[in-house]
Amino acid sequence: MTMKKLLLFALLFCAMGTSTLFAQNKEEGSLLDQLGEEKTTDKVTNGFKSPRVINSHSMEMLAPATMDFRILHRFGRISDGFYNLFGLDNATMRMGFDFGITKNLMAGIGRSTSKKEMDAFVKYRLLWQSEGEKNMPFSLVWVSGVTRNGLKSPFDNAEIPVTFSNRLSYYHAVIIGRKFSDNFTLQLEPTMVHRNIVESQQIPNNLYALGVGGRYKFTKRMALTWDYSYILNSVPGRNSSHNPLSIGLDIETGGHVFQLHFSNAVGMNERAYISDENGNWADGQIQFGFNLSRVFQLKKKSLE
Amino acid sequence: MTMKSLFSFLFLCSLSSAVFAQQYFTRDAIVRFDATAANSPETIQAVSKSNSCVLTNEGNVEMAVLIKNFQFERALMQEHFNENYMESTKYPKAVFKGKIDNMSAVKLDKDGTYKANVSGAMTIHGVTKNINTPVDLVVKGDKISAKLAFSVQLADYKITIPNLVADKVGKTASIKLEAELVPLKK
Repeated sequence: MTMKKLLLFALLFCAMGTSTLFAQNKEEGSLLDQLGEEKTTDKVTNGFKSPRVINSHSMEMLAPATMDFRILHRFGRISDGFYNLFGLDNATMRMGFDFGITKNLMAGIGRSTSKKEMDAFVKYRLLWQSEGEKNMPFSLVWVSGVTRNGLKSPFDNAEIPVTFSNRLSYYHAVIIGRKFSDNFTLQLEPTMVHRNIVESQQIPNNLYALGVGGRYKFTKRMALTWDYSYILNSVPGRNSSHNPLSIGLDIETGGHVFQLHFSNAVGMNERAYISDENGNWADGQIQFGFNLSRVFQLKKKSLE
Repeated sequence: MTMKSLFSFLFLCSLSSAVFAQQYFTRDAIVRFDATAANSPETIQAVSKSNSCVLTNEGNVEMAVLIKNFQFERALMQEHFNENYMESTKYPKAVFKGKIDNMSAVKLDKDGTYKANVSGAMTIHGVTKNINTPVDLVVKGDKISAKLAFSVQLADYKITIPNLVADKVGKTASIKLEAELVPLKK
């Protein structure tokens, strides 16, 4: 190769260098691309509008430093007919206060008019569904709760001593949930309820259930929700059409979430809707009900 | 011409192109916005502190803002911002691509304060609009500080505010940007 040719080659090389540079500058997004793609993990949020599907806990948690004030109403059976205005003459309720403690921990208390029952729970998120650098296909949440029957004479059998511990029941549930798309979320909830005192010897102290809860969001602020528990070792005399099934509509108005639904379950905690006798769906023994949820910020985040 | 001088020529060539392509960048530009309606009982404000921005000495600017990174005082506002207004899973980023119009008046290699004007295409919520706004540039050593403020009409970007919250969320959002850019070394 002669020197001349080499020089020409060098000039060409330089020209090529600058022209590719130009091309790069004109290309879309080229400037930011030079910073390199930053690897981030995107936590999946809002699989459900609230930490409850309808009756059961959902895979969602309350944000830290917030309180969810929940008022739950269940009217009487629609099958009662016009005399009771299709159930609207009767209502039971549960009032609850849930608190977000950390992003993965929340706790709450509530009281139901039925059995004057107090309940309290702790809920912890072990795994959080995420995408990106850290890919986690589902969320895994643990809930444990305790309930206390507050009636003056809680047991039909007068021989059972009315002690504090005899009034108690416990429930534990594991929630495995996945938000499949912006619209569709599904979760499974293996649940166990332990009652210290049961109505008769034929009834097991431990009841096991498998819950299936889901949501189909059809507008930005409205969603169809459902909540079903298949009770594996049912109380004798009850069949699967007594299993608690609720179908509802979530409406988010900005500050509130309204959950309107039809259900055969009267109970508003795990102990109640799994072990109390529910209506028979097949006989139309269902009632209208609603949950009202209002979230308050207890401590504002600093924006500085 | 010897081989040696040829190589030094080549070296100079590559050097000049490197100078030509001098770029400044940051990964922690601060973006704040305020969309509080007049007489609203609560303030609708948010901040995001980890935004990327690149500026070339020719005046080309690009910026990307991750919507999910905005932090609000209230968790519920943040949720609604992402879920209902910005739809951040569908439109995860807001981007700006444009240039400084009067780059000839700005000397990035000379300390000083410059009034500049930046214009270009901004994409928010999947909608692209042209914007044009003044920017204050302060050059000190090899650092460039940029500050700018402008407003956007939410409706321009197809962000709809329902009547129910119209007393709190305004029709416009004022946006503020602060960035400190440093030379990008390759």
